[in-house]
Amino acid sequence: MLTNRSKQVVKREMTWFEKAYFPAILSGLSITIKHFFMKKATVKYPEVKREFAPVYRGQHVLKRDESGAERCTACGLCAVACPAEAITMTANERKKGEENLYREEKYASVYEINMLRCIFCGLCEEACPKEAIFLTDRIVPSTFERDEFIYGKDKLVEPIDQRVDVSKRQTPAVLEFKKDKHFKHNKTYLDKMLGKAKKH
Amino acid sequence: MPKITIDDIPIEVPEGTTILQAARMIGGDIVPPAMCYYSKLKTSGGYCRTCIVKVEQGSEKDPRPMPKPVASCRTNVMDGMVVRNITSQENLEARAGVVEFLLMNHPLDCPVCDQAGECHLQDLSYEHGKEGTRNEFERREYEPMDFGDTIKLNMNRCILCYRCVKVADQLTDGRCHGVINRGEHAEISTYIEKAIDNDFSGNMIDVCPVGALTDRTFRFKSRVWYTNPVDAHRDCDKCCGKVRLWNQGDEVLRVTARKDQFGEVIDNEDGSTAWICNDCRFEKKHLNDWVIEGPSDISRHSVISANHYESLRSIQKTTMKMMGAKPHGVKFELGDGALDPNNQ
Repeated sequence: MLTNRSKQVVKREMTWFEKAYFPAILSGLSITIKHFFMKKATVKYPEVKREFAPVYRGQHVLKRDESGAERCTACGLCAVACPAEAITMTANERKKGEENLYREEKYASVYEINMLRCIFCGLCEEACPKEAIFLTDRIVPSTFERDEFIYGKDKLVEPIDQRVDVSKRQTPAVLEFKKDKHFKHNKTYLDKMLGKAKKH
Repeated sequence: MPKITIDDIPIEVPEGTTILQAARMIGGDIVPPAMCYYSKLKTSGGYCRTCIVKVEQGSEKDPRPMPKPVASCRTNVMDGMVVRNITSQENLEARAGVVEFLLMNHPLDCPVCDQAGECHLQDLSYEHGKEGTRNEFERREYEPMDFGDTIKLNMNRCILCYRCVKVADQLTDGRCHGVINRGEHAEISTYIEKAIDNDFSGNMIDVCPVGALTDRTFRFKSRVWYTNPVDAHRDCDKCCGKVRLWNQGDEVLRVTARKDQFGEVIDNEDGSTAWICNDCRFEKKHLNDWVIEGPSDISRHSVISANHYESLRSIQKTTMKMMGAKPHGVKFELGDGALDPNNQ
C-alpha cells in the first residue's frame, strides 16, 4: 500500500436482469448494425486506388528523354548514395549509330534494383545528375519468388510509348530550366541533329 | 637562407625555392592548388595560373607589394617575402576566376568521365563553388582519339596543362606527341595519330589532372569509388615495379603509380621518381602477378575512401592515448605491439 490507489476486487453476484444477457446482446448488435451504415475505412485495392501524395515514393522508373534515348549514363552516384546498397549496374560504351538509344557516350547495359533491399528513401533520385531515375506512385507488386524482386532494365526503363509522368516530383524551377534548349544538358539527339542541319 | 612568411607562417627555405615548394614544405590548407605544375617534371608549371598567390612584400630590401597575383610555381622566394594565399579574400576571388576560365571549355560530363572522383579540376571547382557554368557559348568539341590501344585522349576535357607533353619529352624517346595549333585551337595530338608505343608512355595518364587522358583498359569498367586501392609491387626489369592496384573483388581493374598528397607520383628510396612501365600498367592485370603490401592510404575526405575500412592501427593509437603511456601491468589482447610505447 504505497500509493493508496489499490482497489479491492469484489466478485459480485449478478442480478436477474444481468443474468438474462438479452439487453447486452441487443446493445452489442446495435453497434454492429450501426457500422453497416458508416463510411468504410478500406478500399477494394486493385479496382479502387487511393490517391497518393505527390511525393509518394514507390517503384522506380528509368526515364528516357523527349526523343526516346535512355537518360541513365551509369555514373554510379545512385548506387553510392543508396543506404541499402540495393542498386548495381554495369556500364558499357555507346557504339556509333546508337545515339538515338542512349543520350551519353556511356550507358548502363545492366541496371538492377533489388526491391527487397530498397527502402524507398529516394536518395537515388536525389543523387542522379542526369534526371534519369525517379520514384513513382506505383506499388511494387508482391510475388512468391525472391529473384523476381530484382528488377532489371526490362522493368525499370519506361516503355517508349507509355511514358511515366514524373513532373510532380520536379520543382517548377527545374521544369522551367529544362525548357531552355540553349543548354547542352537539355538537348536531345534530335535537337542536336536539327542544330547541325541549320548550321549547314 | 631566405626567410619568408606564407599566410603568417614563417619558414626558412633554400635559395632558389619557389613559393609553391615552400608552401608544400609547410603543408596543410595553405598549399596553393596546382593543375599544371608537377614537381617531378622539369619546366612544368606556369600555364594554368591556379596556384596564384598575393605577394604583400616583395623582399626585405624592396618591401613594395607585387602589383598582381603571381604564379607561385614559377616565382622564387626572396628574403623577407610576405605571401598571402587563403588569408587573402582578393586572392581567393582571383583564383575562383581562374577556375571559371579553366571550366569554360571543359564539358561538365563528370558522370561519364572515368577520372571523376580523383579529378583535380573537379575538386578545384567544388572548392571554389564553381560547379555550375555561366558560359553561354558553344564549347569546342573534338572527337575522342586513341593513342595506341591503351590510352584514350578526350580532347574536350583537356585544360592544356602540358604535363603529358613533358612526360613524352622527358620520359620517352622518339617523341611523337605534343600540342598543335595555337590559342583557342590548341590541341594535344600525336603526329598524324601515330600510336605511342614507348615503355613509359602510360605515365601521361597518371600526370593528367583531368580526364583527358584515360586508361583504355579501365574505360567504363567501374567507378573509382567502387574499387579498392591496394599498394603492391613486383620485380620489373624496366621500372621500380611499385604500383597501386585498383581492385574490385579479386579482379585488378586498373594499375597506376602511387601518388602522394599532392597527386604526384611518389619518389623511390634513391630519390628517383617511381614512374611505372606500360608492362606493369596494362599487362599485369592479375593478382598473382603482384605482391600485395596492404591497403593504400587514401584521405578520408576523398570519395574513394567511401565504404573502405583501414587497418586496426587506429585502435592502438587510442589505447596508448587513453592510458597516458602508462601501461600499469594490464594485459590487453589487442594484437602484436599494442602496448609497446614506441608503437604510437
